Amino acid sequence: MFRSELQVNSLLRKGVRWLFVLLLPALWGILPLHAQSKNDQVFLSTLNELREAEFDAKTAIVERLAQTGHSSVRAVLTAFLEDRLYFRNDNQMVVLVKSTEGDPATLDLIDPVSLKAAGSLAADQLTNIGTNNPLRRMIRTTVAHFGLGNPDPAVRLDAVRDMLRSLDEATLSILRERAGIETDPKVKKAIAAGLALAALNSSDAQERLDAISALRGSLNSDVRNKLAGLIEKSPDGNFVESDERVRAAAGIAVKVIDQWRTFYSGIETLFFGLSLGSVLVLVAIGLAITFGVMGVINMAHGELMMIGAYTTYVVQSAMPGHIGLSIILSIPAAFIVTGLTGIFIERTIIRFLYGRPLETLLATFGLSLILQQLVRSIFSALNREVKTPEWMSGTLQLNEALSITYNRLYIVFFTLIVFAILLAVLKRTRIGLDIRAVAQNRAMARAMGIRSEWVDAMTFGLGSGIAGVAGVALSQLTNVGPNLGQSYIIDSFMVVVFGGVGNLWGAFLGGMSMGIVNKLFEPYSGAVLAKILVLVALILFIQRRPRGLFPQTGRSSENS
Amino acid sequence: MELRRQPWILAGDDRRSAAFLGTLLLVAILVPILNGAVPPTSSIHLSTYALTLVGKYMCYAMLALAVDLIWGYCGILSLGHAAFFTLGGYAMGMYLMRQIGPRGVYGDPVLPDFMVFLNWHSLPWFWYGFNHFVVAVVMMVLAPGLLALVFGWLTFRSRVTGVYFSIITQALSYALMLAFFRNDMGFGGNNGFTDFKEILGFDLHSDSTRVGLLLVTAIALAASYMACRAIVNSRAGRVMRAIRDAESRTRFLGYSVESFKLWVFVFSAVIAGVAEALYVPQVGIINPSEFAPINSIEVVIWVAVGGRGTLYGAAIGAVLVNYAKTYLTGAFPEVWLYALGSLFVLVTLFLPRGIAGLLARREKK
Repeated sequence: MFRSELQVNSLLRKGVRWLFVLLLPALWGILPLHAQSKNDQVFLSTLNELREAEFDAKTAIVERLAQTGHSSVRAVLTAFLEDRLYFRNDNQMVVLVKSTEGDPATLDLIDPVSLKAAGSLAADQLTNIGTNNPLRRMIRTTVAHFGLGNPDPAVRLDAVRDMLRSLDEATLSILRERAGIETDPKVKKAIAAGLALAALNSSDAQERLDAISALRGSLNSDVRNKLAGLIEKSPDGNFVESDERVRAAAGIAVKVIDQWRTFYSGIETLFFGLSLGSVLVLVAIGLAITFGVMGVINMAHGELMMIGAYTTYVVQSAMPGHIGLSIILSIPAAFIVTGLTGIFIERTIIRFLYGRPLETLLATFGLSLILQQLVRSIFSALNREVKTPEWMSGTLQLNEALSITYNRLYIVFFTLIVFAILLAVLKRTRIGLDIRAVAQNRAMARAMGIRSEWVDAMTFGLGSGIAGVAGVALSQLTNVGPNLGQSYIIDSFMVVVFGGVGNLWGAFLGGMSMGIVNKLFEPYSGAVLAKILVLVALILFIQRRPRGLFPQTGRSSENS
Repeated sequence: MELRRQPWILAGDDRRSAAFLGTLLLVAILVPILNGAVPPTSSIHLSTYALTLVGKYMCYAMLALAVDLIWGYCGILSLGHAAFFTLGGYAMGMYLMRQIGPRGVYGDPVLPDFMVFLNWHSLPWFWYGFNHFVVAVVMMVLAPGLLALVFGWLTFRSRVTGVYFSIITQALSYALMLAFFRNDMGFGGNNGFTDFKEILGFDLHSDSTRVGLLLVTAIALAASYMACRAIVNSRAGRVMRAIRDAESRTRFLGYSVESFKLWVFVFSAVIAGVAEALYVPQVGIINPSEFAPINSIEVVIWVAVGGRGTLYGAAIGAVLVNYAKTYLTGAFPEVWLYALGSLFVLVTLFLPRGIAGLLARREKK
């Protein structure tokens, strides 16, 4: 029974979460029937002995607990280690506490056998079961040992990493033992690194040399610091490490590790830049259409994004409990809502102002004020919370020096998809052809029988719809409030101007490069100064290329 | 730029100019009398709050003049004039900060409060001299003027025009806002300057100082109005209008388009800087949010509502829009943004020449 739960766990970790979701209700149905098996009883009674035992006796009890082989041992001992093991004052039963962070008045309880939530209780109704240093060391070893026996390699890897943090003879011998039978390459590597780290303290110089060459490929900062410690001088002027060859080898190893870590942090910066760039591209491509293709300075573009974000909020409130699905449904919903808003704006205001770009600026600015106040009247001036689905939070750990957060990763993909669809619409569909024709030469397009008025409305609707889709993405990144649009409007104009008005690829490359340059400056100058530098760089760039990265050429460029 | 050698107040079609200056004179005389000489119990008494409000409107009118000069007559739409006028305001703010002297919360004889708070031990070099009023006055002209000169020289020379120019002026003021928000800039960070005590030895909170400030502002407004009129009525003014209507053609005719644009741009920046410098002692605060691009856009909107290319229209627009703002935000805070928003939409759709255009049309009939 418990093994099967463990296997489900391991499947879960491998990422087949939907299976887990399907099986979970079934498991919960079965569990209570077995809740009081014989093993459980032994485990529970042993656990309850902890209540009044002396520290020495506790050591023995922990050992006996470990021998029961019960599936909860690891969780219970971990809780013990983290000072989360309590007993209830009313019925003297031992329980785990979810978290004691911040000294809350009531604590959430976890049943030690089933590891399920077991209600909550006021903190003064519980008594802590204490530990001391030798006991903790002993528990840690036991927990790690347990982890090493787990069939799931990810758990084993965690266990090894835990052990590396506090290496002593006991843990080392466990690791050596495990190294012989371990099959998973990742765990094997981690164990080898741990053993090598320990071997650095060996008295034999050759052994130390071997250890260094084994550690050279590591990216772990602990390993790096330990190696760097070898080449330092101690306060009395002598080298910590007496052997010169070892020092030389350690010096090279540190250099290699540093190079790799710099390389990976470079990749990380690049990725941050790409994700920031994606946000910029996303907020700008809607504008690249309305501003770039139609020559309309749409100051309400930010407010259209705001409407998209609020659409997400409404969709999510309409279907509580389906956060992930609601986000996905919000994308078409926001596109339709803002697209229709855009068409309405075009039909009532913009169409009277074609050819007077600076006047569209004034009218749409007025419009943006109206839309902001409208949102304030409907949803109040307070920010609304849009929840992030679980699959969008968390990080993807590529190696010890490089981790990537999922939401940044998703935003990059999302932008690429939106951009690709937009390109496809403009280059491969009839309406796209019409839009380009009208943008290039309105009179000629009309002469060929294109209903330019209708195309104008569709173009503006398309640009506005894309703004709404960007709003869905922004709802996952920032606060959804009436001022959401204003904080992005300047950025989006910068991107379009930098890329070259009327050019989607320009907006794409412009946004991406602005994002990357911003993130490249950031480590040296701080976030605010980086942004200022980018703006100044943009102003200077426009001096060299007054029409952006990709200037419009030909007849249509004369008019602007 | 050679100015016309004739009595420039009455140059050309100046009935409306005379009306504008006359109204200004009347306001400058009447407001202090209604405030000071009429007893508070009387129904025509004007509160000090209202007096300060009039002073503020005059500053707004000056800003609108500055923008109308370049937008209405030269076709340069700056969406970053906030950069220039706020710099002028900061120059005045620095002088007022130094005037506080040892009366600050921390009582440091030299350092303003925020520097003591940030644990600074000496005055940064760019604060030297600001205890003299003359230096402050020079700086409120120089700082916006130089920035406009450098920025304008770069952009006009590379022929950055139209929308591109508007957007990068916005980038300029946005960048300055971000920079001034930083504490290490030495301009008080987020909070900017406030808590001023006196100007030239006069207590800023006394009614007589406020009347004095109002009069100075009225004089400055009248002077800048006359200067702007002189410019637009001169030969240079005609070249400016030619640039506005057909820039390439003017260039081909042999005029140095860039230098005309540059000098009028610098002049406009200076007027804006002085306007804000007069504004700061009246409202008692200056902080980086003044740089916000939305402020620049608002000035443009006043000009559009009043009617661009008329100067007096810009001033009327500034006063009317701001009066509506003061009234509506007090009486119906919910409605204010709807009203303002619809105003812009309706004015651009139905009154492309603004209120001044309306007046002119009626006159023709």
